[in-house]
Amino acid sequence: MVNVTASSIVFLVAGIASLAPPANAATPDAEDLRAELDALKSDYTTRVQALEERIKQLEANAVAAPPVASLPAPALPPAPPRMSSASAFNPAISMILSGNYANLQRDPSTYRIAGFIPPPSGVGPDSRSVNLDESELTIAANVDPYFFANATAAIQGDGGIEIEEAYFKTLALNNGLTLKGGRFFSGVGYLNEIHSHTWDFIDQPLAYQVLFGGQRSQDGAQLRWVASTDTFLELGAETGNGRGFPGNIRASNGLSGNALFAHVGGDVGDSTSWRLGASWLDDRSEDRRFDDVDVQGSAVVNAFTGRSQTWIVDATLKWAPHGDSTQHQLKLQGEYLHRHEQGQLVFDVDATKRSSNYDRSQSGWYLQSAYQFMPRWRAGLRYDALQSGTPDTALANFVSLQRASPQRMTVMLDWTLSEFSRLRAQYAWDQTRAEQSDREFRLQYIFAIGAHGAHKF
Amino acid sequence: MNKAIHLLLAIALCAVGIGAQPASAALKVLATTPDWAALAKELGGDKLDVYTATSAFQDVHRVDAKPSLVARARNADLVLATGAELEIGWMPVLLQDSGNSKIQPGTPGYFEAAPLVPMLQIPSAVDRSMGDIHPQGNPHVTLDPRNIAIIAKALTNRLAQLDAPHAAFYATRGADFQTRWQTASARWQAQAAPLKGVGVVVIHRDQVYLCNWLGLQELAAIEPKPGVPPSAGYLATLVTKLTATPPQMILRSAYNDPKAASWLAERIHAPVVLLPYAVGGTPEAKDLFGLFDDTLNRLLAALK
Repeated sequence: MVNVTASSIVFLVAGIASLAPPANAATPDAEDLRAELDALKSDYTTRVQALEERIKQLEANAVAAPPVASLPAPALPPAPPRMSSASAFNPAISMILSGNYANLQRDPSTYRIAGFIPPPSGVGPDSRSVNLDESELTIAANVDPYFFANATAAIQGDGGIEIEEAYFKTLALNNGLTLKGGRFFSGVGYLNEIHSHTWDFIDQPLAYQVLFGGQRSQDGAQLRWVASTDTFLELGAETGNGRGFPGNIRASNGLSGNALFAHVGGDVGDSTSWRLGASWLDDRSEDRRFDDVDVQGSAVVNAFTGRSQTWIVDATLKWAPHGDSTQHQLKLQGEYLHRHEQGQLVFDVDATKRSSNYDRSQSGWYLQSAYQFMPRWRAGLRYDALQSGTPDTALANFVSLQRASPQRMTVMLDWTLSEFSRLRAQYAWDQTRAEQSDREFRLQYIFAIGAHGAHKF
Repeated sequence: MNKAIHLLLAIALCAVGIGAQPASAALKVLATTPDWAALAKELGGDKLDVYTATSAFQDVHRVDAKPSLVARARNADLVLATGAELEIGWMPVLLQDSGNSKIQPGTPGYFEAAPLVPMLQIPSAVDRSMGDIHPQGNPHVTLDPRNIAIIAKALTNRLAQLDAPHAAFYATRGADFQTRWQTASARWQAQAAPLKGVGVVVIHRDQVYLCNWLGLQELAAIEPKPGVPPSAGYLATLVTKLTATPPQMILRSAYNDPKAASWLAERIHAPVVLLPYAVGGTPEAKDLFGLFDDTLNRLLAALK
C-alpha cells in the first residue's frame, strides 16, 4: 500500500515535469500559459502534500499494529526461477492397463443369456486363455474458469479405438448446477457411471450386460443439481441422440435417450455412509437388428422397432471403522432394473420378414459385497438374477423370446498392492445359457499409471 | 412417462422446500481435517459454521468422496484443505460435483495450508516406485507450532477477505490467537528441551514436522516407503538395525494400526507412545492448544 502510493507520487512528479513547456516556445499567449501552469503546480503541490500526509499516517498505523507472528518462523526457501514453458499447462494424463486369463468350461462363442435380446456389443466372457483387456487412456484438465474437459479412449487389444467418454463439464454455473455435454456414461443406476478398473468384479452384473450392453453411454447433455441441504440430494436429467443400447441411431432430428435420476445419501455415525438412487430411462429404436436362433436351430437376423423404458433403483452402503479403510472396509451394493419394451418385431429380416407386435417386461437384479478383511486384501460375493418375462407377441419360437430365469453366483478375491495396482481372481457358477451351466475362472491384473485419479463414491 | 415425471417433480418440490430454509449468515467452512476445523474455530468463532470432513482416526489419504461431503461442498463458502496432494484422491470429485464455483482452486474460497509453510522432504525426483510420495513435500505440516502461526495469519486474512463486513472481528481475533499461541509456543519450547536429540521410530512419516521442531531424531520408519506396509523381511532388518541403535520410543498416531508398533516394541524393548496426531486423536487434544500440550506430555512421560 505504502509502496504503491510512493510510486504514484513519482509518476505525478514526472507528469508535472512533462507539462513544463520547452523554453523557446514563448508566444504572445505565454503569460496565460504560465499562469495556468502555476495554478496546476500549486494544485499538484497540495495534492502531493496530502498524499505525503497519508503515507505518514499509514506508516504510523503500521508501527502501532500488534506484531503478528513474531515467532521464529522457519525461513521459506527462495522460489526457483520459472522459465516460460509451452508444456506448463499439460493436462492430467493417465492410463489403465488391464488383462486377464480365463479358464472357461464352455466355449464363450456360444454364450447367450436365455430369454433376452442380445445387445450389439455382445455379452459374457471374451475368450479363453490370456486376453488383453482394453487399455484406457484418459486426458483431463480444466479448460478455463468455466469448463472442465475429459476424454477417455479405450484402446482394444485388436487395435480398435473407442471413445468411451469425451465430455465437458461446467465449473461456474453455481447453485449446485452442473451441465455436462458430449459423450459420457449416463448417470442412471449406480454402476453405470463407474469405470471398469474400479469395479469390484471382473465383469458387469448380468442385468447391466443384457439391458445396457455393459454400460449405457449417452451422446448428449446432462444437467445435475445438488440441493443446498446437509443431506445429499441430487437430481439429474439427460437427453441426447439415444444411440446407446437399448436405443439406437434413428433417422430423426429429435432427441432420445431421455433420462431422469435422483440420488440421496448421507452418513450414519462416523463409520457408515450410504446412497440411494432411482432412475428412469426412455429409449427409442428403429430397425435395431440382432442375431437370434430359430426353433430349427438356424441363425437368423431379427429387428426391433419401438420404445424401451428402464426403471432402476440402487442402494450402496460403505462401512469402515471410523471411516478409515486402511484395515477393514465393507461395501454392500445392489440394484434392481426393470425394462418395458413395446413395438414391432420383424423376424428374419433377410428372408421371411414376418412382423409381429412385441410387448414385454423384463427385469434383473444383483446384490454384491466386497469386504476388506485385512489391509490390501478383499473378498467379494455377488448374486445375479434375471427374469425374462413372457413376451406378448404372435411368435415365440426364438431363443430370445423363450421364458427363462438366468442366474449366476460369483466369488472374488483381490490383492491391492497400492492405489495403483490390483490383482484379482474370480470364480463364477453361471446358469445363463438355456440348457447348460458354465463354470468360469478368471485372473485379472489392473495397473494405473500417470495422474492420480479421484474416484466417485 | 407421466408417472416418472410426477415422481421426479414431487422429489424436486420436496428438495426446494428443504432448500428454502433460512440461510444462516455464518460463513460455511468445509475443513478437510480436524486441525483446520479447530484453527477456523479459533479464528472465526461464531462467525463461521465449520464442518470437518475427517476425524483424527482417519488416514486423510484414504477418504471416500462420500455423498455427505458433496452436499457440504455444494454449500461451502470456504474449503480449508491441506494441499500438497494429501486430499488428491477425493477432493477433486467434491469440487467438481459440488456445482459451486466459490470453492474452486484459484478462488478465495479455496485455501491450502501446506504450501504456505516451508515444506520438508521435498523429493528431488518423483516416481511411484518410491511409494506414496508427494511432489511438493511432506503434507503433514500441523505438528510444528511455527507452521500453525503462519497458516493462522494467512487464514485470518482470507476470512477478512471473504467476510469483509467482519474484517475487524477477524483481525482482532487473529491477533489475540497469535498472542496466545506465541505464549503457548514459548512454553512448549521450554518444556520440550529434554526431547532434543531423542531417537524415535515412526510408522508413516507423518511426524516429521514434530521431529524437526523438537529436534527428535527419526531413526527409522516402520513403513519402508510412504504408504507401503512393511514386509516380514523389512521388519527383520529393521529389528537388527534398531537393536544396534535403539530408539527411546516408537511414535504411533491415533489413526495408525497398533499392531506393527507393538510388534516392534516387543522386540527392541522401546515403549510405544500414542500421539493424538490431530485434534480429537486423544480425549485431551480437544483443540490446537490441547493437541500440542498432550503431544508433549505424552512424549515427556515416555522419557521418564
